[in-house]
Amino acid sequence: MKIIPASDSSLLVVFGNAISPELHERVIALFHAFQARHDPRIRNLHPGYASLLIDFDALRLTHDELTSDIQQLASTSDFTADKGGKVVTIPVCYDLEFGPDLLDVAQHAGIPAEEVVLLHSSPTYLVYFLGFSPGFIYLGGLPEILHTPRLATPRPSIAGGSVGIAGSQTGIYPNDSPGGWKLIGRTPLRMFDPESTPPTRLQPGDRMKFSPIDRATFDEMVQSR
Amino acid sequence: MAIRVAKPGFFTTVQDLGRYGYAHLGISPAGAADALSLRLANLLVGNEENAPALEMTLLGASLELEDNAIVAITGASCECKAGTDAMPANTAGELPAGAVLKCGSMPTGARCYLAVQGGFDVPLVMGSASTHVGGRFGGLHGRRLQSGDVLQVRKHGAYRLRPLRPGALDSLQSPRPLRVSKGAQQDWFGPEAFEKLFSCAYIVSEQSDRTGLRLKGELVRPSEQSQLLTDGIPLGAIQVPQDGQPIILFVDQQTTGGYPKIANVIAADMHRVGQLRPRDEVRFVEVSIADAVQALRKQEQWLQEIFK
Repeated sequence: MKIIPASDSSLLVVFGNAISPELHERVIALFHAFQARHDPRIRNLHPGYASLLIDFDALRLTHDELTSDIQQLASTSDFTADKGGKVVTIPVCYDLEFGPDLLDVAQHAGIPAEEVVLLHSSPTYLVYFLGFSPGFIYLGGLPEILHTPRLATPRPSIAGGSVGIAGSQTGIYPNDSPGGWKLIGRTPLRMFDPESTPPTRLQPGDRMKFSPIDRATFDEMVQSR
Repeated sequence: MAIRVAKPGFFTTVQDLGRYGYAHLGISPAGAADALSLRLANLLVGNEENAPALEMTLLGASLELEDNAIVAITGASCECKAGTDAMPANTAGELPAGAVLKCGSMPTGARCYLAVQGGFDVPLVMGSASTHVGGRFGGLHGRRLQSGDVLQVRKHGAYRLRPLRPGALDSLQSPRPLRVSKGAQQDWFGPEAFEKLFSCAYIVSEQSDRTGLRLKGELVRPSEQSQLLTDGIPLGAIQVPQDGQPIILFVDQQTTGGYPKIANVIAADMHRVGQLRPRDEVRFVEVSIADAVQALRKQEQWLQEIFK
């Protein structure tokens, strides 16, 4: 574990330099330990793949104090016993209307579209962190055969809830936005709702499964949200 | 009490001091780009320093007051008129019911702030009134103001106006380099990269907004060629993408990113980033983290001492 001053108001705790569930478990354990403390001097926690950025009020907390806090937390037994978050199932309709690139992904993998759906909805994915934009999840665990390059030209507008693949990543666009991911389906759920508590369905450290639904179920769920 | 937006100006939003505690959900703090000026405007009219106020960018708004109101304008110099009278900056003034406050262009600086006694009454989202432009929430309907919008003003209890001492803000005027401390990936950059960053002038590009300021100038290339694993980004981080042109990440920034961060603007100078306009020149000077914290303490002390 390395503790690096990132600014006058933040420290970056680095656990390693790889995308691995083992390193990430330590990120999440420290993240949960700080969350549980509700320390008003800590303003924000930014988990990454293998690091945690801690943003704090430099008028009330020093780098040295926080560094020894981190070292102390990291040495306790609670820290290693942390088993991460919950498992959340996200329904996805993989109809071609919502997944205009599903056939592309199938062709790239050399398998039928039905198998893409099956492979995409079988793993239990790990939510490494949320970042980039509100509610945007970074998932680990996409089967290698589904790794597909992103679009050469991004689409100017993608509907919120769209599920896509970009390289080794899969994820969900939380809001309407432009984007270059290959789209394979859409969830009827709102992934980011600023009025809800919490505003996102997933937290860093959670596990996630995609569950295929048909068009009728999709419409029903959109109606009732 | 309500204020109607006759003309919204170039880019006007409701802001307070930001929304903290949600970065792990991808939510950056937003809040005033020049937090010092927002605090000042609020203190002048007797508000809590975190009260919701208007942030106007490059060209100010025209506002119609339904009722009399006490307001203050701070930040960038801005040609403001209440009816036909010039409205002085950095002081609280009472405007009568029906008055039209016209805030014009800003010859220097990028943003001015309008606080009204009581504060603008918008729903708090995740504990803050700040408009998060990219996330489309907070402020008034999660967006910049438009003509015809009506802003309610909270008003209850007594307020104590806090006039400034003469010359109190003189020290804010002097142009000087932005102070930065070295960033989380400082090891990725060789001495020549720091040499360039600290000796050259950079120009703020037109592609700059509340998410970040893109700079044009001497290229700063990392000596390390490997890919950075995506990690958290502190406010004011100076990240360097592959093209070597630095970007200062700002209040509406993305919370994580994959580019190395060479340096970080110190907290005491973040308010000055909020006043940079496209085509402005920026220079950087390095300070230690200890000096950066000291500068922040001095600034807080200064804010306590400038009022009569």
